[in-house]
Amino acid sequence: MIVDIATGVCLITGSFFALTAGVGILRMPDFYSRAHPAGKSDTLAQILIMMGLLLQALEHEIFGPHVGIKLLLVSVFLLMTGPTAVHAITKAAHVEGLKIWRRRG
Amino acid sequence: MTVIDGILWVTAGLVLTGIVLVLIRAVLGPTVYDRILAVNAIGTKTVILVVLLTFIKRRAEFLDIALLYTLINFVATVAILKFKELGRLG
Repeated sequence: MIVDIATGVCLITGSFFALTAGVGILRMPDFYSRAHPAGKSDTLAQILIMMGLLLQALEHEIFGPHVGIKLLLVSVFLLMTGPTAVHAITKAAHVEGLKIWRRRG
Repeated sequence: MTVIDGILWVTAGLVLTGIVLVLIRAVLGPTVYDRILAVNAIGTKTVILVVLLTFIKRRAEFLDIALLYTLINFVATVAILKFKELGRLG
């Protein structure tokens, strides 16, 4: 019961952050500020959702023991590759000389 | 498990809404880098969606697909960036 409540809190918080990342990427004013929700909010959402599902897999033993290991592996790979890819994109844009957005006035 | 199933469906719906919002930016984006960033974010959210689908449909094979998709997403992003910068993939 406690584990189910913890799972629900983790999943709802994670989906909130996933939605926030979508809104941020759509609404931010320039490329460099759009890299911020793509790099951080997405990673946090992924960690929270994977943590909730890991709790669920350990509690109910739906598929067997290897599912938890695979979930952890997916989470660690996303944690390593996501911010690295965003950093590579931002570095490439900076090298090409993309201008930083400034407020008029 | 019924309440948890409902929460899983709600989570999948919210992640899918996020994918649609990012897709608008990928279509709209003024520079190439905006589009690459949006495609990378869509890939991350797709991995989350596939893992959620594993638990909704109770099929453990989907986790292998999610694992593969993670790595291919990263390699594809770096390859597109290299092609943009050098004009070739070698």
